[in-house]
Amino acid sequence: MNQNTATLEPIKDGYNFAYLDEQTKRMIRRALLKAVAIPGYQVPFGGREMPMPYGWGTGGVQLTAAVIGESDTLKVIDQGADDTTNAVSIRSFFKQLTGVKTTESTSAASIIQTRHRIPETPLQADQILVYQVPIPEPLRFIEPSEVETRKMHALKDYGVMHVKLYEDIAHFGYIATTYAYPVRVNDRFIMDPSPIPKFDNPKMHQMRALQLFGAGREKRIYAVPPYTNVSSLDFEDHPFEIQAWEESCAICGSKDSFLDEVIIDDQGTRNFLCSDTDYCQQQVAKQAEKEEQAAEGEQDDN
Amino acid sequence: MTTSQPLLQVNQLTKLYAPGKGCEDISFDLYPGEVLGIVGESGSGKSTLLTSLSARLAPNSGDVLYLNRENNWLNLYELSETDRRYLLRTEWGVVHQHARDGLRMGVSAGANIGERLMAVGERHYGKIRSKGLQWMEDVELDVSRIDDKPSTYSGGMQQRLQIARNLVTHPRVVFMDEPTGGLDVSVQARLLDLLRTLVTEMNLAVIIVTHDLAVARLLAQRLIVMRHGKIVETGLTDQVLDDPQHEYTQLLVSSVLTP
Ligand SMILES: Nc1ncnc2c1ncn2[C@@H]1O[C@H](COP(=O)(O)OP(=O)(O)OP(=O)(O)O)[C@@H](O)[C@H]1O
Ligand SMILES: [Mg+2]
Ligand SMILES: [Zn+2]
Repeated sequence: MNQNTATLEPIKDGYNFAYLDEQTKRMIRRALLKAVAIPGYQVPFGGREMPMPYGWGTGGVQLTAAVIGESDTLKVIDQGADDTTNAVSIRSFFKQLTGVKTTESTSAASIIQTRHRIPETPLQADQILVYQVPIPEPLRFIEPSEVETRKMHALKDYGVMHVKLYEDIAHFGYIATTYAYPVRVNDRFIMDPSPIPKFDNPKMHQMRALQLFGAGREKRIYAVPPYTNVSSLDFEDHPFEIQAWEESCAICGSKDSFLDEVIIDDQGTRNFLCSDTDYCQQQVAKQAEKEEQAAEGEQDDN
Repeated sequence: MTTSQPLLQVNQLTKLYAPGKGCEDISFDLYPGEVLGIVGESGSGKSTLLTSLSARLAPNSGDVLYLNRENNWLNLYELSETDRRYLLRTEWGVVHQHARDGLRMGVSAGANIGERLMAVGERHYGKIRSKGLQWMEDVELDVSRIDDKPSTYSGGMQQRLQIARNLVTHPRVVFMDEPTGGLDVSVQARLLDLLRTLVTEMNLAVIIVTHDLAVARLLAQRLIVMRHGKIVETGLTDQVLDDPQHEYTQLLVSSVLTP
């Protein structure tokens, strides 16, 4: 969103810049402005079809298409990784249709399109994080009627959100919800943060970057502007907690990043690895640098 | 029983779907701790009146005034919907004939009881839990079933649960539409017993709609008899049932009309 995108020239013959036509982009941007003005409020928008593989969802892609400009640098992650099939194909889709630079480095990106994770590297004020959302309505689990959920939001009638947490504790002894853990935005709207692990919830609070959420099937957009309060719902005697691991990453040794458990051989040996591949590589690089410096230091001593 | 101030004042309340269908020109007062029965044949407008009284159906005309805990008179339909909903889950309660209309069937009994507490800001799980257990006991439900869903409960148990779910915030007025309808006679009798005890212990004011004059006699001190949307007779229960003045009430009492 670094310049007036309305005048962008097509990059690929027969396709508009970033695929969507300008009218659709303008419509999405109008919805985005409203979403930013009312943090956590779900704004309906006239979503379009996007040529995406089934299962990825198109809400996030439409938002990216509406805000991306020529001078942007795009990063795409799926479950924290830049190299999954979906992440690779979306990255190449935008590269072909916009000609923008792409990157795997969190700090080098101006737009990060994500599904299921927030990068470990803290985001900055000039960045936009675009989330792909499957189910935007946090009240849907208990209230099937859209008319009623809209009313519940309007009236701040949110008692049922704690009913869900109550059920968790009653049945498991603790709050067992680990993904899509509900949050309250700007002390007002209850919001589904999309299926990110609750580990990532604290990163949303007072984030410097702009956070945009797109649900394609349900045609809803919502947003968390920079420096906005985001709190995770809980009970006084069962406070919100993030996941923690006894293990550390088998590649970079990190103890404070979100770890995926993976089976690494036919014997079923398990290993824990950073889910954020960029972060993991940065940690490895940092260590290599340190070791080099240490080695140099030793040589100097000699 | 009657203190000087009424809790609820109903003035010329009218909600009509068609001429004679609904309720028309209804006026009465309800006093703290009083149980008022609304009787009348099917289609006479009992449920329409109850729904309108309990802030869930805007009338065509007339007022419902309520004296709240802070001693302020509230005009129901001049309140914002937020305030009306707040009233409904704090100072008021509604018990539906069909438990599925009054319960959340998808969550446990404990969550059903705890919901109102959470809705008004209780954020301590342990307290919500112990109040749930306490109320299960108070309405004579097996506390070991607190984590079971209401769909696994019998009809009578579901009604008890509905009552507990409403009473947990210590409401002052409870609206009930045929709370014992559809239950076996023996189950009905036990539920009525329980209701009577709770009403007395908690000094509840109750407006109860019923087909069943026996239910009315057991619970209500005062009766309103409705026909074609209008009140045809009102008075102390024993008086109305033992010495009905209006011809329609006489038919009703003599069971010529099967309500
Ligand atoms: N939503 C509605 N739309 C149109 N007409 C309605 C509606 N609700 C009720 N009515 C009509 O209003 C009249 C009164 O209905 P109401 O349900 O209040 O009667 P009731 O006394 O509760 O009857 P019952 O004992 O069978 O429950 C009936 O003729 C009914 O058909
Ligand atoms: Mg009825
Ligand atoms: Zn790592």
